[in-house]
Amino acid sequence: MKKKKCIAMLLAGGQGTRLYALTSKIAKPAVSFGAKYRIIDFPLSNCTNSGIDTVGVLTQYEPLVLNEYIGSGKPWDLDRSNGGVYTLAPYQAKSGAQWYSGTANAIYQNLHFIEKYDCENVIILSGDHIYKMDYSLMLDEHIHNNADCTIAVIDVTMEEATRFGIMSFDETKRITDFEEKPKKPKSNHASMGVYIFKKDELVAQLKRDEADPNSSNDFGKNIIPYMLENGKRMFAYSFSGYWKDVGTVTSLWEANMDLLGNDPAISLNAPEMKIYSRNEPLPPAYVGESAYINNSIYTAGCEIYGEVTNSVISEDVYIGKNSIVNNSVIMRGTKIGDNVVINYGMIDENVKIEDGAVIGDENSDKYNIALVGRNQTITKNSKIKSGEVIESL
Amino acid sequence: MKTVGIIFSNIHDKEIKELTSHRTLASVPYACRYRLVDFALSNMTNSDITKVGIITKSNYQSLMDHVGSGKSWDLSRKNGGVMILPPFGNRESKVYNSRFEALSNAIGFLKTCTEDYVVMTDCDNVCNIDYQKVVEYHVEKHADITVVYRKKYLPNDDDKVRTQFILDDDGRVIKTVISKKHDVEVNKFSNIFVINRQFLLNILENAEDLEYTSFSRDVMIKGVEMYRIYGYEFNGYYASIDSLANYYKHNMELLVKENRDALFREGGSIFTNVRDSAPCRFEDGGSAKNSLIADGCIIEGEVINSVLFRGVHVSKGAVVKDSILMQNVEVGEGTQLNCVIADKQVQVLKGRLLSGHSTHPYFITKDSIV
Repeated sequence: MKKKKCIAMLLAGGQGTRLYALTSKIAKPAVSFGAKYRIIDFPLSNCTNSGIDTVGVLTQYEPLVLNEYIGSGKPWDLDRSNGGVYTLAPYQAKSGAQWYSGTANAIYQNLHFIEKYDCENVIILSGDHIYKMDYSLMLDEHIHNNADCTIAVIDVTMEEATRFGIMSFDETKRITDFEEKPKKPKSNHASMGVYIFKKDELVAQLKRDEADPNSSNDFGKNIIPYMLENGKRMFAYSFSGYWKDVGTVTSLWEANMDLLGNDPAISLNAPEMKIYSRNEPLPPAYVGESAYINNSIYTAGCEIYGEVTNSVISEDVYIGKNSIVNNSVIMRGTKIGDNVVINYGMIDENVKIEDGAVIGDENSDKYNIALVGRNQTITKNSKIKSGEVIESL
Repeated sequence: MKTVGIIFSNIHDKEIKELTSHRTLASVPYACRYRLVDFALSNMTNSDITKVGIITKSNYQSLMDHVGSGKSWDLSRKNGGVMILPPFGNRESKVYNSRFEALSNAIGFLKTCTEDYVVMTDCDNVCNIDYQKVVEYHVEKHADITVVYRKKYLPNDDDKVRTQFILDDDGRVIKTVISKKHDVEVNKFSNIFVINRQFLLNILENAEDLEYTSFSRDVMIKGVEMYRIYGYEFNGYYASIDSLANYYKHNMELLVKENRDALFREGGSIFTNVRDSAPCRFEDGGSAKNSLIADGCIIEGEVINSVLFRGVHVSKGAVVKDSILMQNVEVGEGTQLNCVIADKQVQVLKGRLLSGHSTHPYFITKDSIV
């Protein structure tokens, strides 16, 4: 088989505890986003658009929806005869069975996958960011620098810098310093969680790290600092487009809102770098006689009879007469009755909201979003306060 | 029941010249995100028919582009799947003109099949029908041919020639008439029928001996006594796309929830080729009433009682009313459209005022700039 220049390993096993009800039954990368997507559509589409045709998706937490969604990889053009997309879950081996204990350990347990494709480089991605990026440009720089590892960086504000891995680098972009979530950041160059390693270097590092009993087997905490200390060729690749971590309810809400406006922060309309997704065969979206829609997006299968402002409405959502939906994200299959008011709400999939229910109150804002978990029913005329989380136990 | 499907993609092209000048009737865009062939193909898939031939004649490039490998309809199969059957020509043969000649082109395909029955449909019908039920009825009646018909009242102003059936109590066709009869309820042929494959091959291969040249005249009309022809009544939602006015009317009909639910939600799903457009975006000042708007649209103006396909852009101050705008149509600032059908990639520059009437919609051909 032809040797591959680069394959991708996509870390999708995180529990995403800060998304509360949204991830109580599904893995974070499978959470709905932007009316017709799931978060994982972004890294998968980026791979396809960057010419990477082999992707291992490492799953662990509640993988059912994610596995079903990825399927054969057809929607992303990743159903290939040599390569394609594979979900890699922890498994039992002769030496015993072990859950993925950290990001590095997850890759370590799947070294045979990497070896099988005999690639020159491996790109490590995570399934919790919204961004459009051509990884091939980063790979070109990585090869040009003869780097052992290249880390994609984006400039954030100094306040935000405390939440990320922060790097300093010299004029040749060679990394001189790396700190994971520093209290006093030395720069504002944040790691995007996108790493390209020379395959042989990655394999060696993972084996070494695995043998170290004091390591927590994490890229940011262990592998990267060790490599830096030991003088490996580590380079930064600066990215300047839209990039957003969607690990919290507020940031997920903000990322959804970034799709709105006359000149959205992240535009999905451009014909190049399309984001692909699994499209259900749904009828065209209908806007009723009594409907009013302003500064919002919606997609196939929707039937809208109410008033929708500053909101993201997903596939197959029904919004009844005289209902008002403001500043909210309504996920697929949710049915909203008549005379419902929703302000700053995130409503997960297949929720039923009966007539006259009120979600959100005068204290609602993006930090106090009312969250309704999947498959819930909000009964007639009931009131859900701002910041409240409704989910089944 | 083992059944193979045949779709005629071109047979009614003449009836809507405007839309078929550069494509087959099968690839005419319909209902926001579909093309007419999607309904026939999805009905095949939903009826567990996994081997389908599409008979083409001319202008079939857009159809091939749309159908591709057939995977959107789950018809990319090792055994069967969808096959485009272009005109089969040798030095003497001419491109076919009738259904009979078209089928003669497909003899090779039909011979390689092992299925007992063939479902044939044209692309001028939009419905959600389970062909398997027709086949079951066909088998139960030991029929040679089973035609699908609808009870339909033909109004006075209708001037088209229609194929109609007169049935006995058992449902057997005792007379086939092709007439212009008006102001009566008739059993109108819906251009869908089931036929035994061997029977069909016999007719096609012995056409010269039998002196058959026309399927409707020689088989359906003259053959009613000799052959067992049965009628199967279909009473679900059905749209016959046989003129530009009807194309307009039936698209608009889908603004009514009952029609939409009957076509898209009550039977099997209707599949189409997906282009991964972004969701439809309403900007400040954009509004819509009673309209179907596809993904990829950007709405800054006003849309009323209209059907918008993928990627349409309605600029500020524009008003689109009672219109059908196909893929990637651009409507300039302040432009007003009323009863317009704009084909793909049309640009209507700013400040234009275009209007037709619901029985005579104003048609703008593909790629033109107004």
